[in-house]
Amino acid sequence: MLRYIGRRVLILIPTLAAISIVTFVVIQLPPGDYLTTLTAQRASQGDGVPTGEIARLTERYGLDKPVIVQYWQWISAILFHGDFGESFDYARPVSALLAERLPLTIALSLVTLVFIWAVSFPIGVYSAIRQYSVGDYTFTFFGYLGLAVPNFLIALVLMWVGLQFFDLNAGGILSPEYRDAPWSLAKLGDLAAHLWIPIVIWGTAGTAGNIRVLRANLLDELRKPYVVAARARGMPERKMTIMYPVRVAMNPFFSTIGWVLPGLIAADAITSKVLNLQTTGPLMLRALLAQDMYLAGAILLISAVLVVLGTLVSDIALGWLDPRVRLRY
Amino acid sequence: MEEPLLRIEGLRTHFFTSEGVLKAVDGVDLSVPAGKTVCLVGESGCGKSVTARSILQLVDKPGRIVGGSIRWNGATELATLDPAGEELRRVRGGEIGMIFQEPMASLSPMYTVGAQLSQALRLHRDLTKQEAREEGVALLRKVGIPNAEQRYDTYPFQLSGGMCQRVMIAIALCCDPALLIADEPTTALDVTTQARILDLMMDLRAQNDMAILFITHDLGVVAEVADEVAVMYLGRIVEHGTVEQIFSDPRHPYTRALLRSIPELRGSGARRRLTAIRGMVPSLRQVPAGCSFHTRCDHAVEGLCEVTPPPLRKYGEAHVASCHLDEVPAAPAAPAAPVLQVTERVAAETAAEPLLRVEGLAKHYPIGGGLFRKPSGVVRAVDGVDLTILPGQTVGLVGESGCGKTTLGRCVARLADPTAGRILYRTEQGDEVDLATVTGARLKDFRRQIRVIFQDPFSSLNPRMTLQQIVGEPLRTHGIASGGELRDRVADMLTRVGLRPEYMQRYPHAFSGGQRQRVNIARALITGPRLVVADEPVSALDVSVRAQILNLLTDLQEELGLTYLFISHDLSVVEHISDRVTVMYLGKVVEDADTADLYRQPRHPYTEALMHAVPVPDPARRRERHAFEIADDLPDPAAPPPGCRFHTRCAHVRAELCRTDVPELREYGERRSAACHHAAGLTLAGVGSVAREPQVDGRMAGRDA
Amino acid sequence: MKDDTLAVASQWKLVWWGFKRHRVALVCGFVTVAIYLVAVFAPFLAPGSGQKTNADYTYAPPQALHFDWDTGLYVNPYTFKQDPETLALSFEADESKKAPVGFFVKGEPYDLLGFIPWDRHLFGPENPDGPPMYLLGTDSVGRDLLSRIIRGTTVSMSIGLVGVLLSLVLGVVLGGVSGYVGGRTDTLIQRVIEIIMSIPTIPLWMALFAAVPASWSQLERYFALTVVISLVGWTGMAREVRGKFFAVRGEEYVMAATADGAGRLRIMFRHMLPSFTSHIIANLSLSIPTVILAETALSFIGLGLQTPMISWGVLLQEAQNIRAVSTAPWMLIPGVAVVVTVLAMNFFGDGLRDAADPYKH
Ligand SMILES: Nc1ncnc2c1ncn2[C@@H]1O[C@H](COP(=O)(O)OP(=O)(O)O)[C@@H](O)[C@H]1O
Ligand code: SF4
Ligand code: SF4
Ligand SMILES: [Mg+2]
Repeated sequence: MLRYIGRRVLILIPTLAAISIVTFVVIQLPPGDYLTTLTAQRASQGDGVPTGEIARLTERYGLDKPVIVQYWQWISAILFHGDFGESFDYARPVSALLAERLPLTIALSLVTLVFIWAVSFPIGVYSAIRQYSVGDYTFTFFGYLGLAVPNFLIALVLMWVGLQFFDLNAGGILSPEYRDAPWSLAKLGDLAAHLWIPIVIWGTAGTAGNIRVLRANLLDELRKPYVVAARARGMPERKMTIMYPVRVAMNPFFSTIGWVLPGLIAADAITSKVLNLQTTGPLMLRALLAQDMYLAGAILLISAVLVVLGTLVSDIALGWLDPRVRLRY
Repeated sequence: MEEPLLRIEGLRTHFFTSEGVLKAVDGVDLSVPAGKTVCLVGESGCGKSVTARSILQLVDKPGRIVGGSIRWNGATELATLDPAGEELRRVRGGEIGMIFQEPMASLSPMYTVGAQLSQALRLHRDLTKQEAREEGVALLRKVGIPNAEQRYDTYPFQLSGGMCQRVMIAIALCCDPALLIADEPTTALDVTTQARILDLMMDLRAQNDMAILFITHDLGVVAEVADEVAVMYLGRIVEHGTVEQIFSDPRHPYTRALLRSIPELRGSGARRRLTAIRGMVPSLRQVPAGCSFHTRCDHAVEGLCEVTPPPLRKYGEAHVASCHLDEVPAAPAAPAAPVLQVTERVAAETAAEPLLRVEGLAKHYPIGGGLFRKPSGVVRAVDGVDLTILPGQTVGLVGESGCGKTTLGRCVARLADPTAGRILYRTEQGDEVDLATVTGARLKDFRRQIRVIFQDPFSSLNPRMTLQQIVGEPLRTHGIASGGELRDRVADMLTRVGLRPEYMQRYPHAFSGGQRQRVNIARALITGPRLVVADEPVSALDVSVRAQILNLLTDLQEELGLTYLFISHDLSVVEHISDRVTVMYLGKVVEDADTADLYRQPRHPYTEALMHAVPVPDPARRRERHAFEIADDLPDPAAPPPGCRFHTRCAHVRAELCRTDVPELREYGERRSAACHHAAGLTLAGVGSVAREPQVDGRMAGRDA
Repeated sequence: MKDDTLAVASQWKLVWWGFKRHRVALVCGFVTVAIYLVAVFAPFLAPGSGQKTNADYTYAPPQALHFDWDTGLYVNPYTFKQDPETLALSFEADESKKAPVGFFVKGEPYDLLGFIPWDRHLFGPENPDGPPMYLLGTDSVGRDLLSRIIRGTTVSMSIGLVGVLLSLVLGVVLGGVSGYVGGRTDTLIQRVIEIIMSIPTIPLWMALFAAVPASWSQLERYFALTVVISLVGWTGMAREVRGKFFAVRGEEYVMAATADGAGRLRIMFRHMLPSFTSHIIANLSLSIPTVILAETALSFIGLGLQTPMISWGVLLQEAQNIRAVSTAPWMLIPGVAVVVTVLAMNFFGDGLRDAADPYKH
């Protein structure tokens, strides 16, 4: 097992390096460099950039040096000082902006993950065991629906329904009256009342996908000879199903860790925007639209790194769960 | 009469599929007396497994028991118990144990064998975890698993098939069942492993006083284990009797045909044709009317057999068969009735220059390794092999799975690149070419002359190509023929291998295993090869079909003057087709001799062990071979034992030399050699040359003659 | 008889038989084909170009289609009503008047299939100068939503197809190389795929597309979008192809082909490829909806296509704020088009995938 983890971690290093390069390329993609963008933007607002500022920024990002050096200055600042650069749009350090929004984002992601698991596990198992039952068809249909409806559309519809029929403002994370209030039970309740909407919205696609995979896997497993053999030795059906086939079919659950967490950091920018949530998604969106590339790049980098770490965690979980994976290395 | 342990009456299990109702089991009567072994025999697809599964209500979805009764212990009616109920659950595993054909797949890969074993123990018995572990280890020991303590904590995929089957047996035995149902428990295993598992089962039966319902398609195995035999054909029992009755006085033509098709060790050394059953088991969608066997029966009475289902007749105490034959006076033999063929094939003249000489051939496979990693070891699949094949001969290559036979065959056909050594092939012009160094267009030319028949009748034919495309492919790639000529040649070839030329446009999915193997043969022979490497061509087939294919290979050899390298793990099969036999163990040749010499008296202990692993189809001589059993499984080929590689399992191992020095292949007498330090001093048991001839009693012989 | 037809049934026939058994998938297959037909003949099927603005009819609600024996199909023209207090305008159907709706009516001219100039539309108001017909209502500048949705089909569906075909080419080539050559090349390609896959898709799309200069023309943006989508999307396809390659490579019939003297290319294209073309097609049909969703999402936030080009995502962009939605809920109807399409294609693709290997037991 340790060897297995060791190997995984070792593979991580070149992957992370490659990811940082890709991110840097993305940062460099828009025409012109940071300074020209900045100058253009300030100019459009009617004020210029002081020369001292220009010199400082040129020095800070190595803008007059070769691209390789620029990359090194960028990545070493991140690695050694946690300095992701500066957002000219907000005129603040990127790391400060992230610090404001990351905690909520991560908390939401974790809750969403739990939601996905809690919903898809029983439904997936049920659908496989009662294949072609009314329940199976119903769940399958809703599963497909969940995959087919874009998240932002669900968000829009929910908000519209809330506004139209219940006179509710589903957007945001807290009702206006609690926004500056000290923490209390009532505020917590209000938080919960608002939070379920984004969680359900984010959860749908993941849940639908998980149900589909779990059902298909379990159906395959249920046809394996060891199931008949276990039945033949008198295992009670329920216990047998959980212990043997379900355990094998569970694998996709662990791969969800890999993408749910980081996915939300940036992927659901659109829904977050519709729902007016203070997560990192809308931040990235705005940064991209304004071509505020250090900010956008930082978010991209963080989410990619989280995917890699998430995959590591899910691989380790898989290795722990599945001896075939563990013992192969 | 005493109530038997299990009494099945009129059992009918049908499958309700989209193509209609398949009557897999259609009125089976069968009983298993306490403490006896009852064998259920028949070709694949006759409904044996479904019968067995019906007993514990384990038949999968579209299948359902639609009628009949299954009385257990004279009291419980198993057929109508609630499949999820407590009562049935107690019987499953508690009173009736079951083992299956694919031992490895029958164990969950997610848990150690110990976990699964102790779980089974605790299901039916009130044990603590610790007690269960102790009991489990004891059981593993009982079923002959070495290092039971350590093996307890391994996963099924870390064990060999034979070991997994032992674990399955241990699980089945954990509650002292009164009945063990064994569904082809040895079919997926090597002959040597099969022998050991059979012995184990017989020992356990004696110790535990349990009954066994043993399902197999191999009458050789039946002779080894059975007290009573039930022969099944298309969902019905066609004959039932004691093992002696079935073997000495078979009444049903199907039973007789099955008996005659067993390739048995005879020790005479001469190659001989087998008598095969015609055709194959019809599809359940079109069960023939009347006697369902009439489409393949040599004795069918016209106007009767295809109309009226035969009644069950009694031939003696507990001996019944359902056939019309004894109702009508023995008719004069039909002119076309096949004579029991006893064509002995004389070995080709041996003066000729060898067609193929393999010298010091080696093939090593690295294991592990990746982009940034060095391989962690190497498997010496073939490790310095010499082999000579004379033109027109068949050389049999024998050894257990994993001994490197297939690798050797593939190197010869240059489907694998040898690591070292020479493969000297004599061309038609008479000069020798080292195939190991030939590449490109020249290699392609040799691919026409050296052809391969593959083992797996399913994966070796591309399901997306028609027979014409499959068989014609070599003609096309070599530019030999195309268009109408190609079609004619394919049609001709199909006819030769016994397939109708009209089948040319069909896809492989329309054919059974035996027919697919014929296609395989047609593809190999269509280029007019000189040497054919046949890699276990019959291992995946039923015994009855095996005989057909072996005969076909022999006929074609004579017709076309072919030379065969015939690979098999089963010495009984090899004897029927080979002039010389080479025995391989862990990448090395251990013995090499003319067939007759080898079978009369082997020179290497491994040959002896292999030979005595073959079941003897004679109930009177059962367990004679018990004395020659070899221990344990094949060692890890990546780390072969030092000294004589066979010393870990050799019955004749001695203190001197065996464990330290590698024995060289040495000559012993004319044209035979063995690699054993003590070969000269050992007297090893061959096959008694006065083996039983196939039973052809007077009445039937009259009809046959 | 039946056995004989089965015996000579090729792979495609078997796939088709298997597929036919999934009723839902079959129906969804027809729906998919129908949607693509709409995409091809959109200018003819739509009553208008969807570009004509009409300041008098901003946010006009959908009209109901009526029928009576005298006029045939007709709609009631709009009348305006002003709230006496708020002075807000609202529309109402004028039940006293009938504006007949006809088939093959003359309307705005267009080029069918891009090169056949024509001015007939499948249906529309019989009198082109009479009161307008807005069966699904209008948007903020009075453009006919129905026409816009039908016209948008062309762009949305073609982006799906073109984007997926591009990733198919990349995926099949790289996946094939990876699977066939194996060894180090394979490991290298796998690493690259892993890296690309570890960057979350939508943000990467957004970031790449954000780099597209605003000065580019609509057509250039369109192609940039497909390229961006396929640059990210080929990895899944490559994995699939490689996996299949490995699975098939282990089959004995591939070795048999070598023994038959078939060359590398012949083995690859004649013996191996046919065994997974059906899988690839199934995979394709499952990827198209993903791409459609991606386009919708990107255009929705303004990083994809932009007016005057019409796609479903562009249409939804106008429903971006909740205020617009609450005054004109019909602005969400393009979402229905997206959902129906994606749903149909998913069911269709799934059925296809299940039937793709007729030889498994
Ligand atoms: N799940 C199933 N669906 C349809 N037919 C089946 C199924 N299982 C078995 N059969 C049919 O039952 C027949 C008997 O099968 P089986 O009992 O496995 O034969 P045997 O054990 O003698 O080889 C076969 O012809 C097979 O087609
Ligand atoms: S009944 Fe007729 S066809 Fe059937 S086995 Fe007897 S002789 Fe043969
Ligand atoms: S050398 Fe020794 S161990 Fe090897 S086969 Fe001969 S007797 Fe057995
Ligand atoms: Mg069977």
